[in-house]
Amino acid sequence: MKTSIKFLDLELKNPIIAASGTFGFGEEYAEYYDIEKLGGISYKGLTLDPRDGNEGIRVWETPAGMMNSVGLENPGVDAFASDIWPRIQDRNLISVVNVGGSTLETYLEAIRRLDHCDYDILELNISCPNVKAGGMAFGTEAKSAERITRAVRMTTQKRLMVKLSPNVGNIGEIAKACEAGGADAISLINTVQAMAIDTKSRQIVFNNTYAGLSGPAIRPIALRMVHQTAKAVKIPIVGMGGITNADEVIQFLMAGASAVQIGTAFFTNPNQIFRIPAELEMWMEKEGIRSLEEIIGIV
Amino acid sequence: MGVEGTEGNVLSIQEVGEEIVHLTVATPTTPKPGQFYLLRAWQEAPLLGRPISVFDYSEGKVEFVFKVVGKGTEILAKLKVNDKLQLQGPFGNGFPEVEGKILLVGGGLGNAPLHATAKALKARGQEVDLRLGFAEKVYLEEEFNQAATITQLMVGGLVTDGLNIRDYDVVFTCGPHPMMEAVVKMAREAGIPSYVSIEKRMACGIGACLVCTCKTKSGNKKTCKDGPVFEGEEIFYEDKYQIS
Ligand SMILES: Cc1cc2nc3c(=O)[nH]c(=O)nc-3n(C[C@H](O)[C@H](O)[C@H](O)COP(=O)(O)OP(=O)(O)OC[C@H]3O[C@@H](n4cnc5c(N)ncnc54)[C@H](O)[C@@H]3O)c2cc1C
Ligand SMILES: Cc1cc2nc3c(=O)[nH]c(=O)nc-3n(C[C@H](O)[C@H](O)[C@H](O)COP(=O)(O)O)c2cc1C
Ligand code: FES
Repeated sequence: MKTSIKFLDLELKNPIIAASGTFGFGEEYAEYYDIEKLGGISYKGLTLDPRDGNEGIRVWETPAGMMNSVGLENPGVDAFASDIWPRIQDRNLISVVNVGGSTLETYLEAIRRLDHCDYDILELNISCPNVKAGGMAFGTEAKSAERITRAVRMTTQKRLMVKLSPNVGNIGEIAKACEAGGADAISLINTVQAMAIDTKSRQIVFNNTYAGLSGPAIRPIALRMVHQTAKAVKIPIVGMGGITNADEVIQFLMAGASAVQIGTAFFTNPNQIFRIPAELEMWMEKEGIRSLEEIIGIV
Repeated sequence: MGVEGTEGNVLSIQEVGEEIVHLTVATPTTPKPGQFYLLRAWQEAPLLGRPISVFDYSEGKVEFVFKVVGKGTEILAKLKVNDKLQLQGPFGNGFPEVEGKILLVGGGLGNAPLHATAKALKARGQEVDLRLGFAEKVYLEEEFNQAATITQLMVGGLVTDGLNIRDYDVVFTCGPHPMMEAVVKMAREAGIPSYVSIEKRMACGIGACLVCTCKTKSGNKKTCKDGPVFEGEEIFYEDKYQIS
Protein backbone atom coordinates (compact mmCIF):
# COMPACT_ATOMS: atom_id res chain seq x y z
CA MET A 1 0.00 0.00 0.00
CA LYS A 2 1.12 3.50 -0.81
CA THR A 3 0.78 4.91 2.66
CA SER A 4 2.60 2.05 4.37
CA ILE A 5 5.64 2.77 6.48
CA LYS A 6 8.33 0.68 8.02
CA PHE A 7 8.47 1.03 11.77
CA LEU A 8 11.30 -0.95 13.37
CA ASP A 9 10.93 -4.33 11.70
CA LEU A 10 7.17 -3.90 11.34
CA GLU A 11 5.14 -2.69 8.43
CA LEU A 12 2.23 -0.37 9.20
CA LYS A 13 -0.30 -0.01 6.39
CA ASN A 14 -0.45 3.65 7.26
CA PRO A 15 1.07 5.81 10.00
CA ILE A 16 -2.17 6.32 11.96
CA ILE A 17 -2.37 4.66 15.38
CA ALA A 18 -5.23 5.23 17.82
CA ALA A 19 -3.85 6.79 21.02
CA SER A 20 -3.92 4.92 24.30
CA GLY A 21 -6.92 5.62 26.51
CA THR A 22 -9.07 7.16 23.83
CA PHE A 23 -9.94 3.99 21.94
CA GLY A 24 -10.45 1.42 24.70
CA PHE A 25 -9.53 -2.01 23.36
CA GLY A 26 -10.98 -1.06 20.00
CA GLU A 27 -14.15 -3.05 20.54
CA GLU A 28 -16.53 -0.11 20.82
CA TYR A 29 -15.30 1.69 17.71
CA ALA A 30 -15.31 -1.66 15.87
CA GLU A 31 -19.09 -1.77 16.32
CA TYR A 32 -19.40 1.26 14.09
CA TYR A 33 -16.26 1.55 11.97
CA ASP A 34 -13.82 -0.53 10.01
CA ILE A 35 -11.02 -0.06 12.55
CA GLU A 36 -8.61 -2.02 10.38
CA LYS A 37 -8.38 1.08 8.21
CA LEU A 38 -5.97 2.32 10.89
CA GLY A 39 -2.32 1.36 10.97
CA GLY A 40 -2.52 0.31 14.61
CA ILE A 41 -4.10 0.76 18.02
CA SER A 42 -2.47 1.59 21.30
CA TYR A 43 -4.76 -0.03 23.83
CA LYS A 44 -6.00 1.50 27.07
CA GLY A 45 -3.19 1.86 29.62
CA LEU A 46 -2.89 -1.23 31.82
CA THR A 47 -1.55 -1.59 35.33
CA LEU A 48 -0.62 -4.67 37.34
CA ASP A 49 -3.79 -4.53 39.43
CA PRO A 50 -7.22 -3.44 38.21
CA ARG A 51 -7.96 0.23 38.90
CA ASP A 52 -11.31 1.98 39.39
CA GLY A 53 -9.87 5.31 38.29
CA ASN A 54 -10.40 8.75 39.77
CA GLU A 55 -13.56 9.96 41.46
CA GLY A 56 -15.39 13.16 40.60
CA ILE A 57 -15.49 14.98 37.30
CA ARG A 58 -13.30 13.31 34.71
CA VAL A 59 -13.65 15.58 31.69
CA TRP A 60 -13.66 19.35 31.24
CA GLU A 61 -13.66 21.19 27.95
CA THR A 62 -11.36 24.05 27.03
CA PRO A 63 -11.71 26.21 23.90
CA ALA A 64 -9.52 23.90 21.82
CA GLY A 65 -9.07 20.83 23.92
CA MET A 66 -10.17 18.87 26.92
CA MET A 67 -8.77 17.91 30.27
CA ASN A 68 -9.22 14.37 31.49
CA SER A 69 -8.84 12.84 34.88
CA VAL A 70 -9.70 9.23 34.15
CA GLY A 71 -6.88 8.05 36.38
CA LEU A 72 -5.98 4.87 34.49
CA GLU A 73 -9.22 2.99 35.08
CA ASN A 74 -8.44 -0.43 33.65
CA PRO A 75 -9.12 -4.14 34.24
CA GLY A 76 -5.49 -4.98 35.11
CA VAL A 77 -3.00 -7.03 33.11
CA ASP A 78 -4.34 -10.47 34.07
CA ALA A 79 -7.89 -9.76 32.89
CA PHE A 80 -6.45 -8.24 29.73
CA ALA A 81 -4.26 -11.25 29.01
CA SER A 82 -6.90 -13.87 29.74
CA ASP A 83 -10.18 -12.25 28.60
CA ILE A 84 -9.53 -9.32 26.31
CA TRP A 85 -6.43 -10.21 24.32
CA PRO A 86 -7.87 -13.47 22.96
CA ARG A 87 -10.82 -11.50 21.57
CA ILE A 88 -8.75 -8.86 19.81
CA GLN A 89 -5.47 -10.55 18.90
CA ASP A 90 -6.35 -11.46 15.33
CA ARG A 91 -6.84 -7.96 14.04
CA ASN A 92 -4.99 -6.89 10.93
CA LEU A 93 -3.43 -4.01 12.88
CA ILE A 94 -0.25 -3.24 14.73
CA SER A 95 -1.07 -3.82 18.40
CA VAL A 96 0.50 -1.57 21.00
CA VAL A 97 0.10 -2.50 24.65
CA ASN A 98 0.44 0.49 26.97
CA VAL A 99 1.59 -0.19 30.54
CA GLY A 100 1.74 2.13 33.55
CA GLY A 101 2.80 1.57 37.13
CA SER A 102 3.71 3.13 40.43
CA THR A 103 6.96 1.39 41.31
CA LEU A 104 9.61 -0.28 39.21
CA GLU A 105 8.48 -3.67 40.49
CA THR A 106 4.81 -3.13 39.53
CA TYR A 107 5.89 -2.16 36.01
CA LEU A 108 8.11 -5.19 35.61
CA GLU A 109 5.60 -7.64 37.02
CA ALA A 110 2.84 -6.22 34.79
CA ILE A 111 5.08 -6.56 31.74
CA ARG A 112 6.05 -10.13 32.67
CA ARG A 113 2.43 -11.16 32.98
CA LEU A 114 1.71 -9.79 29.50
CA ASP A 115 4.69 -11.41 27.92
CA HIS A 116 2.90 -14.51 26.63
CA CYS A 117 0.51 -12.31 24.61
CA ASP A 118 1.85 -12.03 21.11
CA TYR A 119 1.45 -8.27 20.75
CA ASP A 120 3.66 -6.06 18.59
CA ILE A 121 4.90 -3.13 20.67
CA LEU A 122 5.15 -2.42 24.38
CA GLU A 123 4.46 1.25 25.09
CA LEU A 124 5.97 2.06 28.45
CA ASN A 125 3.88 4.86 29.90
CA ILE A 126 6.10 6.89 32.20
CA SER A 127 4.03 9.99 31.62
CA CYS A 128 0.47 9.76 32.98
CA PRO A 129 -0.13 12.96 34.95
CA ASN A 130 -3.37 11.76 36.51
CA VAL A 131 -2.28 9.29 39.14
CA LYS A 132 0.73 8.48 41.24
CA ALA A 133 0.53 5.08 39.61
CA GLY A 134 0.95 6.73 36.22
CA GLY A 135 4.68 6.77 36.48
CA MET A 136 5.18 10.40 35.51
CA ALA A 137 7.80 10.57 38.25
CA PHE A 138 9.89 8.16 36.15
CA GLY A 139 9.46 10.25 33.05
CA THR A 140 10.48 13.66 34.29
CA GLU A 141 14.12 12.91 35.05
CA ALA A 142 16.67 11.50 32.65
CA LYS A 143 18.29 9.22 35.22
CA SER A 144 15.10 7.52 36.35
CA ALA A 145 13.84 7.29 32.75
CA GLU A 146 17.03 5.47 31.78
CA ARG A 147 16.86 3.21 34.82
CA ILE A 148 13.31 2.05 34.19
CA THR A 149 13.89 1.63 30.46
CA ARG A 150 16.94 -0.53 31.13
CA ALA A 151 15.09 -2.65 33.67
CA VAL A 152 12.21 -3.21 31.25
CA ARG A 153 14.66 -3.95 28.46
CA MET A 154 16.08 -6.76 30.58
CA THR A 155 12.60 -8.08 31.40
CA THR A 156 11.11 -8.49 27.94
CA GLN A 157 12.08 -9.15 24.35
CA LYS A 158 9.15 -7.11 23.04
CA ARG A 159 9.75 -4.03 20.92
CA LEU A 160 10.01 -1.31 23.52
CA MET A 161 8.59 2.17 22.96
CA VAL A 162 8.80 4.65 25.84
CA LYS A 163 6.01 7.22 26.06
CA LEU A 164 7.24 10.58 27.29
CA SER A 165 5.63 13.41 29.16
CA PRO A 166 5.68 17.01 27.93
CA ASN A 167 5.85 18.15 31.54
CA VAL A 168 9.65 18.31 31.54
CA GLY A 169 12.44 20.79 30.97
CA ASN A 170 14.60 19.11 28.37
CA ILE A 171 12.78 16.48 26.33
CA GLY A 172 15.82 15.65 24.20
CA GLU A 173 17.80 14.66 27.25
CA ILE A 174 15.09 12.35 28.51
CA ALA A 175 14.63 10.75 25.11
CA LYS A 176 18.38 10.19 24.89
CA ALA A 177 18.37 8.56 28.30
CA CYS A 178 15.65 6.16 27.14
CA GLU A 179 17.65 5.41 24.01
CA ALA A 180 20.68 4.68 26.14
CA GLY A 181 18.54 2.42 28.35
CA GLY A 182 17.65 0.28 25.37
CA ALA A 183 14.39 1.74 24.03
CA ASP A 184 13.57 0.80 20.43
CA ALA A 185 11.34 3.83 19.91
CA ILE A 186 9.92 6.90 21.63
CA SER A 187 6.31 8.08 21.64
CA LEU A 188 5.23 11.54 22.72
CA ILE A 189 3.49 13.55 23.99
CA ASN A 190 1.24 12.40 26.77
CA THR A 191 -1.18 15.02 28.10
CA VAL A 192 -0.06 18.40 29.41
CA GLN A 193 -0.66 18.84 33.10
CA ALA A 194 -3.43 21.39 33.56
CA MET A 195 -6.14 22.61 35.91
CA ALA A 196 -9.63 24.11 36.03
CA ILE A 197 -11.46 26.12 38.68
CA ASP A 198 -15.21 26.50 38.96
CA THR A 199 -15.68 30.10 40.02
CA LYS A 200 -19.31 29.58 41.04
CA SER A 201 -18.48 26.98 43.66
CA ARG A 202 -14.98 28.40 44.23
CA GLN A 203 -13.64 24.90 43.89
CA ILE A 204 -11.09 23.06 41.88
CA VAL A 205 -12.95 21.03 39.26
CA PHE A 206 -10.95 17.82 39.57
CA ASN A 207 -10.79 15.74 42.74
CA ASN A 208 -7.20 15.01 41.79
CA THR A 209 -6.50 18.80 41.50
CA TYR A 210 -4.63 18.58 38.19
CA ALA A 211 -5.66 16.86 35.00
CA GLY A 212 -4.24 16.13 31.55
CA LEU A 213 -4.88 18.48 28.63
CA SER A 214 -5.20 16.97 25.14
CA GLY A 215 -6.55 18.00 21.76
CA PRO A 216 -5.68 20.78 19.27
CA ALA A 217 -4.61 23.13 22.09
CA ILE A 218 -1.45 21.09 22.68
CA ARG A 219 -0.55 20.41 19.04
CA PRO A 220 2.08 23.13 18.55
CA ILE A 221 3.79 22.08 21.77
CA ALA A 222 3.70 18.43 20.71
CA LEU A 223 5.12 19.27 17.29
CA ARG A 224 7.97 21.23 18.86
CA MET A 225 8.78 18.38 21.25
CA VAL A 226 8.71 15.77 18.47
CA HIS A 227 11.13 17.97 16.52
CA GLN A 228 13.45 18.33 19.52
CA THR A 229 13.32 14.60 20.18
CA ALA A 230 14.06 13.78 16.55
CA LYS A 231 17.16 15.95 16.75
CA ALA A 232 18.27 14.18 19.91
CA VAL A 233 17.85 10.47 19.14
CA LYS A 234 18.35 8.01 16.30
CA ILE A 235 15.52 5.63 17.22
CA PRO A 236 12.13 6.14 15.54
CA ILE A 237 9.45 8.37 17.03
CA VAL A 238 5.68 8.17 17.20
CA GLY A 239 4.32 11.69 17.50
CA MET A 240 1.01 12.74 18.95
CA GLY A 241 -0.90 15.60 20.50
CA GLY A 242 -3.94 17.28 18.98
CA ILE A 243 -3.77 15.78 15.50
CA THR A 244 -7.10 15.98 13.64
CA ASN A 245 -6.37 15.70 9.89
CA ALA A 246 -3.97 14.58 7.16
CA ASP A 247 -2.11 17.89 6.95
CA GLU A 248 -1.32 17.72 10.64
CA VAL A 249 -0.12 14.13 10.29
CA ILE A 250 2.25 15.34 7.58
CA GLN A 251 3.51 18.10 9.88
CA PHE A 252 4.45 15.52 12.51
CA LEU A 253 6.18 13.33 9.94
CA MET A 254 8.13 16.32 8.64
CA ALA A 255 9.13 17.15 12.22
CA GLY A 256 10.65 13.69 12.52
CA ALA A 257 7.94 11.23 13.54
CA SER A 258 7.74 7.91 11.70
CA ALA A 259 4.12 7.42 12.71
CA VAL A 260 1.51 9.27 14.75
CA GLN A 261 -1.14 8.55 17.31
CA ILE A 262 -4.52 10.24 17.35
CA GLY A 263 -6.73 10.38 20.42
CA THR A 264 -9.00 13.25 21.28
CA ALA A 265 -9.99 13.85 17.65
CA PHE A 266 -11.98 10.61 17.76
CA PHE A 267 -14.36 12.38 20.13
CA THR A 268 -14.86 15.28 17.75
CA ASN A 269 -15.27 13.60 14.41
CA PRO A 270 -14.41 9.90 14.16
CA ASN A 271 -15.38 9.79 10.47
CA GLN A 272 -12.69 12.31 9.68
CA ILE A 273 -9.97 10.22 11.31
CA PHE A 274 -10.87 7.09 9.36
CA ARG A 275 -10.62 9.17 6.17
CA ILE A 276 -7.03 10.28 6.87
CA PRO A 277 -5.30 7.27 5.24
CA ALA A 278 -7.15 7.96 1.98
CA GLU A 279 -6.34 11.66 2.26
CA LEU A 280 -2.67 10.88 2.76
CA GLU A 281 -2.72 8.80 -0.39
CA MET A 282 -4.27 11.65 -2.36
CA TRP A 283 -1.70 14.05 -1.00
CA MET A 284 1.14 11.73 -1.99
CA GLU A 285 -0.21 11.45 -5.51
CA LYS A 286 -0.50 15.21 -5.80
CA GLU A 287 3.01 15.76 -4.47
CA GLY A 288 4.50 12.93 -6.48
CA ILE A 289 5.73 11.09 -3.39
CA ARG A 290 6.18 7.35 -3.52
CA SER A 291 6.71 6.64 0.15
CA LEU A 292 5.86 8.67 3.22
CA GLU A 293 9.34 7.82 4.45
CA GLU A 294 10.61 10.48 2.01
CA ILE A 295 9.26 13.26 4.22
CA ILE A 296 10.14 11.98 7.68
CA GLY A 297 12.28 14.56 9.43
CA ILE A 298 12.82 16.79 6.42
CA VAL A 299 12.53 20.00 8.40
CA MET B 1 -24.30 2.73 10.43
CA GLY B 2 -24.88 4.08 13.88
CA VAL B 3 -22.17 6.40 15.05
CA GLU B 4 -21.46 7.28 11.42
CA GLY B 5 -22.03 10.94 12.30
CA THR B 6 -25.10 11.12 10.13
CA GLU B 7 -25.83 14.59 8.93
CA GLY B 8 -29.29 15.71 9.86
CA ASN B 9 -31.44 18.44 8.42
CA VAL B 10 -33.39 20.72 10.74
CA LEU B 11 -37.07 20.17 9.98
CA SER B 12 -38.35 22.56 12.63
CA ILE B 13 -37.10 24.50 15.62
CA GLN B 14 -39.12 26.46 18.18
CA GLU B 15 -38.58 28.08 21.50
CA VAL B 16 -41.29 26.45 23.62
CA GLY B 17 -40.39 27.99 26.97
CA GLU B 18 -37.85 30.24 28.64
CA GLU B 19 -34.63 29.11 26.90
CA ILE B 20 -36.24 25.75 26.14
CA VAL B 21 -35.92 24.64 22.54
CA HIS B 22 -37.82 21.96 20.62
CA LEU B 23 -35.75 20.73 17.68
CA THR B 24 -36.83 18.24 15.01
CA VAL B 25 -34.18 16.71 12.79
CA ALA B 26 -34.43 14.45 9.77
CA THR B 27 -32.38 11.28 10.25
CA PRO B 28 -32.52 7.72 8.95
CA THR B 29 -31.62 6.38 12.41
CA THR B 30 -34.25 4.95 14.76
CA PRO B 31 -33.68 5.33 18.48
CA LYS B 32 -35.23 3.57 21.44
CA PRO B 33 -36.86 5.58 24.24
CA GLY B 34 -34.27 6.70 26.79
CA GLN B 35 -31.42 6.75 24.28
CA PHE B 36 -29.52 9.89 23.35
CA TYR B 37 -27.53 11.39 20.50
CA LEU B 38 -24.37 13.47 20.53
CA LEU B 39 -25.26 16.64 18.66
CA ARG B 40 -22.92 19.13 17.05
CA ALA B 41 -23.72 22.01 14.75
CA TRP B 42 -20.25 23.45 14.54
CA GLN B 43 -16.83 22.55 13.14
CA GLU B 44 -13.84 22.57 15.49
CA ALA B 45 -15.13 24.29 18.60
CA PRO B 46 -16.58 23.34 20.98
CA LEU B 47 -14.53 20.16 20.88
CA LEU B 48 -17.16 17.70 22.07
CA GLY B 49 -20.67 16.84 20.92
CA ARG B 50 -23.55 17.47 23.31
CA PRO B 51 -25.54 14.53 24.66
CA ILE B 52 -29.28 15.17 24.25
CA SER B 53 -32.06 12.65 24.88
CA VAL B 54 -34.72 11.65 22.44
CA PHE B 55 -37.97 13.52 23.13
CA ASP B 56 -39.86 11.85 20.31
CA TYR B 57 -39.24 9.93 17.11
CA SER B 58 -41.06 8.64 14.10
CA GLU B 59 -40.11 7.37 10.66
CA GLY B 60 -37.25 9.50 9.38
CA LYS B 61 -37.06 12.04 12.18
CA VAL B 62 -36.03 12.53 15.79
CA GLU B 63 -37.11 15.31 18.15
CA PHE B 64 -35.15 16.86 20.99
CA VAL B 65 -36.06 19.28 23.76
CA PHE B 66 -33.17 21.03 25.43
CA LYS B 67 -32.39 23.95 27.66
CA VAL B 68 -29.85 26.59 26.67
CA VAL B 69 -27.22 26.44 29.40
CA GLY B 70 -23.87 27.09 27.66
CA LYS B 71 -21.95 27.41 24.41
CA GLY B 72 -23.09 24.21 22.76
CA THR B 73 -26.79 24.49 23.44
CA GLU B 74 -26.61 28.18 22.50
CA ILE B 75 -25.36 27.26 19.02
CA LEU B 76 -27.93 24.49 18.70
CA ALA B 77 -30.68 26.94 19.68
CA LYS B 78 -29.72 29.28 16.82
CA LEU B 79 -30.21 26.65 14.13
CA LYS B 80 -32.71 27.47 11.40
CA VAL B 81 -34.94 25.22 9.33
CA ASN B 82 -32.85 23.37 6.70
CA ASP B 83 -29.57 23.95 8.56
CA LYS B 84 -27.42 20.86 8.87
CA LEU B 85 -26.07 19.31 12.05
CA GLN B 86 -24.21 16.16 13.03
CA LEU B 87 -26.02 13.44 14.91
CA GLN B 88 -23.98 10.64 16.41
CA GLY B 89 -26.06 7.87 17.78
CA PRO B 90 -28.46 6.70 18.97
CA PHE B 91 -26.37 5.72 21.99
CA GLY B 92 -27.06 4.20 25.39
CA ASN B 93 -29.32 1.43 26.57
CA GLY B 94 -32.66 3.23 26.91
CA PHE B 95 -35.47 2.29 29.27
CA PRO B 96 -36.20 -1.43 29.51
CA GLU B 97 -39.37 -3.05 28.26
CA VAL B 98 -41.34 -3.98 31.36
CA GLU B 99 -44.79 -5.33 32.07
CA GLY B 100 -47.59 -3.92 34.17
CA LYS B 101 -48.72 -0.44 35.12
CA ILE B 102 -45.91 2.06 34.87
CA LEU B 103 -45.27 5.40 36.50
CA LEU B 104 -42.91 7.93 34.96
CA VAL B 105 -41.67 10.73 37.24
CA GLY B 106 -39.72 13.60 35.72
CA GLY B 107 -38.37 16.98 36.63
CA GLY B 108 -36.79 19.74 34.57
CA LEU B 109 -35.21 18.54 31.35
CA GLY B 110 -35.54 14.99 32.64
CA ASN B 111 -39.06 15.26 31.27
CA ALA B 112 -37.83 15.02 27.69
CA PRO B 113 -36.82 11.33 27.56
CA LEU B 114 -39.91 10.36 29.55
CA HIS B 115 -42.12 11.71 26.78
CA ALA B 116 -40.71 9.28 24.22
CA THR B 117 -40.81 6.50 26.79
CA ALA B 118 -44.45 7.10 27.73
CA LYS B 119 -45.49 7.16 24.09
CA ALA B 120 -43.74 3.90 23.34
CA LEU B 121 -45.26 2.16 26.36
CA LYS B 122 -48.72 3.45 25.54
CA ALA B 123 -48.34 2.27 21.95
CA ARG B 124 -47.63 -1.21 23.33
CA GLY B 125 -51.00 -1.01 25.05
CA GLN B 126 -49.65 -0.51 28.56
CA GLU B 127 -51.11 1.69 31.23
CA VAL B 128 -48.62 4.49 31.81
CA ASP B 129 -48.92 7.61 33.95
CA LEU B 130 -46.69 10.64 33.56
CA ARG B 131 -46.00 12.93 36.49
CA LEU B 132 -43.76 15.83 35.58
CA GLY B 133 -42.44 18.86 37.38
CA PHE B 134 -41.64 22.13 35.60
CA ALA B 135 -39.60 24.92 37.15
CA GLU B 136 -41.64 27.92 35.98
CA LYS B 137 -44.05 27.13 33.20
CA VAL B 138 -45.36 24.04 31.47
CA TYR B 139 -44.18 23.64 27.90
CA LEU B 140 -45.31 21.22 25.20
CA GLU B 141 -48.42 20.59 27.28
CA GLU B 142 -50.40 18.93 24.51
CA GLU B 143 -47.57 16.57 23.60
CA PHE B 144 -47.13 15.45 27.21
CA ASN B 145 -50.89 15.09 27.71
CA GLN B 146 -51.23 12.82 24.71
CA ALA B 147 -48.21 10.68 25.55
CA ALA B 148 -49.63 8.84 28.56
CA THR B 149 -52.79 7.36 30.01
CA ILE B 150 -52.89 10.02 32.72
CA THR B 151 -50.58 13.02 32.66
CA GLN B 152 -50.05 15.35 35.60
CA LEU B 153 -48.02 18.46 34.94
CA MET B 154 -46.95 20.47 37.96
CA VAL B 155 -45.25 23.84 38.30
CA GLY B 156 -43.03 24.35 41.33
CA GLY B 157 -43.39 22.12 44.39
CA LEU B 158 -42.24 18.53 44.64
CA VAL B 159 -43.48 15.98 42.12
CA THR B 160 -43.11 13.34 44.78
CA ASP B 161 -45.66 15.01 47.10
CA GLY B 162 -48.82 12.93 47.43
CA LEU B 163 -47.57 10.34 45.01
CA ASN B 164 -49.26 6.95 45.28
CA ILE B 165 -46.42 4.80 44.13
CA ARG B 166 -48.11 1.62 45.39
CA ASP B 167 -50.60 1.85 42.51
CA TYR B 168 -47.85 0.88 40.08
CA ASP B 169 -45.72 -2.11 39.13
CA VAL B 170 -42.62 -0.20 37.99
CA VAL B 171 -41.39 3.39 38.18
CA PHE B 172 -39.04 5.20 35.76
CA THR B 173 -37.51 8.54 36.72
CA CYS B 174 -35.32 11.20 35.18
CA GLY B 175 -34.48 14.63 36.52
CA PRO B 176 -32.63 16.34 39.36
CA HIS B 177 -30.78 13.90 41.58
CA PRO B 178 -32.59 14.66 44.85
CA MET B 179 -35.85 13.97 43.04
CA MET B 180 -34.62 10.68 41.59
CA GLU B 181 -33.22 9.66 44.93
CA ALA B 182 -36.60 10.34 46.59
CA VAL B 183 -38.42 8.34 43.93
CA VAL B 184 -36.06 5.38 44.31
CA LYS B 185 -36.58 5.48 48.06
CA MET B 186 -40.36 5.52 47.70
CA ALA B 187 -40.20 2.62 45.25
CA ARG B 188 -38.00 0.67 47.64
CA GLU B 189 -40.47 1.19 50.46
CA ALA B 190 -43.35 0.17 48.19
CA GLY B 191 -41.41 -2.88 47.07
CA ILE B 192 -41.47 -2.07 43.36
CA PRO B 193 -38.54 -1.81 40.95
CA SER B 194 -37.29 1.60 39.85
CA TYR B 195 -35.15 2.75 36.93
CA VAL B 196 -33.28 6.05 36.75
CA SER B 197 -31.69 7.87 33.82
CA ILE B 198 -28.57 9.78 34.85
CA GLU B 199 -26.32 12.44 33.33
CA LYS B 200 -22.54 12.47 33.23
CA ARG B 201 -20.12 14.50 31.17
CA MET B 202 -19.18 12.54 28.08
CA ALA B 203 -16.60 12.52 25.31
CA CYS B 204 -16.75 9.47 22.98
CA GLY B 205 -20.35 8.50 23.79
CA ILE B 206 -19.74 4.84 22.92
CA GLY B 207 -17.84 3.40 25.86
CA ALA B 208 -14.22 3.80 24.81
CA CYS B 209 -12.78 6.69 26.85
CA LEU B 210 -14.06 6.12 30.39
CA VAL B 211 -14.69 9.79 31.22
CA CYS B 212 -18.35 9.04 32.01
CA THR B 213 -17.77 6.26 34.52
CA CYS B 214 -20.47 5.94 37.13
CA LYS B 215 -19.97 4.15 40.39
CA THR B 216 -22.72 1.64 40.99
CA LYS B 217 -23.46 -0.99 43.58
CA SER B 218 -21.96 -3.59 41.28
CA GLY B 219 -18.87 -1.61 40.32
CA ASN B 220 -17.93 0.91 37.66
CA LYS B 221 -20.30 1.32 34.73
CA LYS B 222 -20.09 3.44 31.59
CA THR B 223 -22.94 5.92 31.65
CA CYS B 224 -22.92 6.28 27.87
CA LYS B 225 -23.01 2.57 27.03
CA ASP B 226 -24.21 0.61 30.08
CA GLY B 227 -26.57 3.53 30.87
CA PRO B 228 -27.84 6.18 30.96
CA VAL B 229 -30.64 4.06 32.43
CA PHE B 230 -29.80 2.01 35.51
CA GLU B 231 -31.79 0.21 38.16
CA GLY B 232 -32.45 2.76 40.88
CA GLU B 233 -30.96 0.47 43.51
CA GLU B 234 -27.73 0.28 41.56
CA ILE B 235 -27.23 4.04 41.75
CA PHE B 236 -28.81 5.20 44.99
CA TYR B 237 -27.47 2.80 47.57
CA GLU B 238 -26.23 3.44 51.09
CA ASP B 239 -26.40 7.21 50.46
CA LYS B 240 -23.16 6.78 48.60
CA TYR B 241 -24.28 8.14 45.29
CA GLN B 242 -22.22 11.06 44.12
CA ILE B 243 -22.88 12.79 40.85
CA SER B 244 -20.45 15.03 39.07
C1 LIG C 1 -27.48 11.12 28.48
C2 LIG C 1 -27.78 12.59 28.59
C3 LIG C 1 -28.97 13.07 28.09
C4 LIG C 1 -29.27 14.44 28.17
N1 LIG C 1 -30.46 14.88 27.68
C5 LIG C 1 -30.77 16.19 27.72
C6 LIG C 1 -31.99 16.69 27.17
O1 LIG C 1 -32.81 15.94 26.63
N2 LIG C 1 -32.24 18.02 27.24
C7 LIG C 1 -31.34 18.89 27.82
O2 LIG C 1 -31.61 20.08 27.87
N3 LIG C 1 -30.17 18.44 28.35
C8 LIG C 1 -29.86 17.13 28.30
N4 LIG C 1 -28.65 16.69 28.83
C9 LIG C 1 -27.72 17.68 29.36
C10 LIG C 1 -26.95 18.33 28.22
O3 LIG C 1 -26.06 17.38 27.68
C11 LIG C 1 -26.13 19.53 28.70
O4 LIG C 1 -27.02 20.53 29.16
C12 LIG C 1 -25.28 20.10 27.57
O5 LIG C 1 -24.25 19.20 27.24
C13 LIG C 1 -24.70 21.46 27.93
O6 LIG C 1 -23.85 21.89 26.88
P1 LIG C 1 -23.47 23.44 26.75
O7 LIG C 1 -22.37 23.55 25.78
O8 LIG C 1 -24.67 24.24 26.47
O9 LIG C 1 -23.00 23.81 28.23
P2 LIG C 1 -21.51 24.00 28.79
O10 LIG C 1 -21.66 24.11 30.25
O11 LIG C 1 -20.81 25.08 28.07
O12 LIG C 1 -20.83 22.62 28.46
C14 LIG C 1 -19.49 22.36 28.79
C15 LIG C 1 -19.24 20.87 28.78
O13 LIG C 1 -19.91 20.22 29.86
C16 LIG C 1 -20.82 19.24 29.39
N5 LIG C 1 -22.05 19.31 30.20
C17 LIG C 1 -22.57 20.42 30.77
N6 LIG C 1 -23.70 20.10 31.45
C18 LIG C 1 -23.87 18.77 31.32
C19 LIG C 1 -24.84 17.84 31.79
N7 LIG C 1 -25.88 18.21 32.54
N8 LIG C 1 -24.72 16.55 31.44
C20 LIG C 1 -23.68 16.13 30.68
N9 LIG C 1 -22.72 16.97 30.21
C21 LIG C 1 -22.82 18.26 30.52
C22 LIG C 1 -21.07 19.61 27.95
O14 LIG C 1 -21.51 18.52 27.16
C23 LIG C 1 -19.74 20.15 27.53
O15 LIG C 1 -18.86 19.10 27.23
C24 LIG C 1 -28.35 15.33 28.77
C25 LIG C 1 -27.13 14.84 29.27
C26 LIG C 1 -26.85 13.48 29.19
C27 LIG C 1 -25.55 12.97 29.71
C1 LIG D 1 -9.53 10.24 27.98
C2 LIG D 1 -8.06 10.01 27.77
C3 LIG D 1 -7.44 8.89 28.36
C4 LIG D 1 -6.08 8.66 28.19
N1 LIG D 1 -5.50 7.54 28.75
C5 LIG D 1 -4.19 7.27 28.51
C6 LIG D 1 -3.59 6.06 28.98
O1 LIG D 1 -4.24 5.21 29.58
N2 LIG D 1 -2.26 5.85 28.73
C7 LIG D 1 -1.50 6.75 28.03
O2 LIG D 1 -0.32 6.53 27.81
N3 LIG D 1 -2.06 7.90 27.55
C8 LIG D 1 -3.37 8.17 27.78
N4 LIG D 1 -3.93 9.33 27.26
C9 LIG D 1 -3.08 10.26 26.49
C10 LIG D 1 -3.22 10.03 24.98
O3 LIG D 1 -2.81 8.72 24.62
C11 LIG D 1 -2.40 11.07 24.20
O4 LIG D 1 -1.04 10.96 24.59
C12 LIG D 1 -2.86 12.49 24.44
O5 LIG D 1 -4.25 12.55 24.61
C13 LIG D 1 -2.45 13.45 23.31
O6 LIG D 1 -3.03 13.09 22.07
P1 LIG D 1 -4.42 13.71 21.50
O7 LIG D 1 -4.35 15.18 21.66
O8 LIG D 1 -4.52 13.23 20.09
O9 LIG D 1 -5.50 13.12 22.36
C14 LIG D 1 -5.30 9.58 27.43
C15 LIG D 1 -5.92 10.69 26.84
C16 LIG D 1 -7.28 10.91 27.00
C17 LIG D 1 -7.90 12.11 26.34
S1 FES E 1 -18.20 8.98 27.03
FE1 FES E 1 -16.50 7.76 26.52
S2 FES E 1 -16.87 6.00 27.73
FE2 FES E 1 -18.67 7.13 28.02
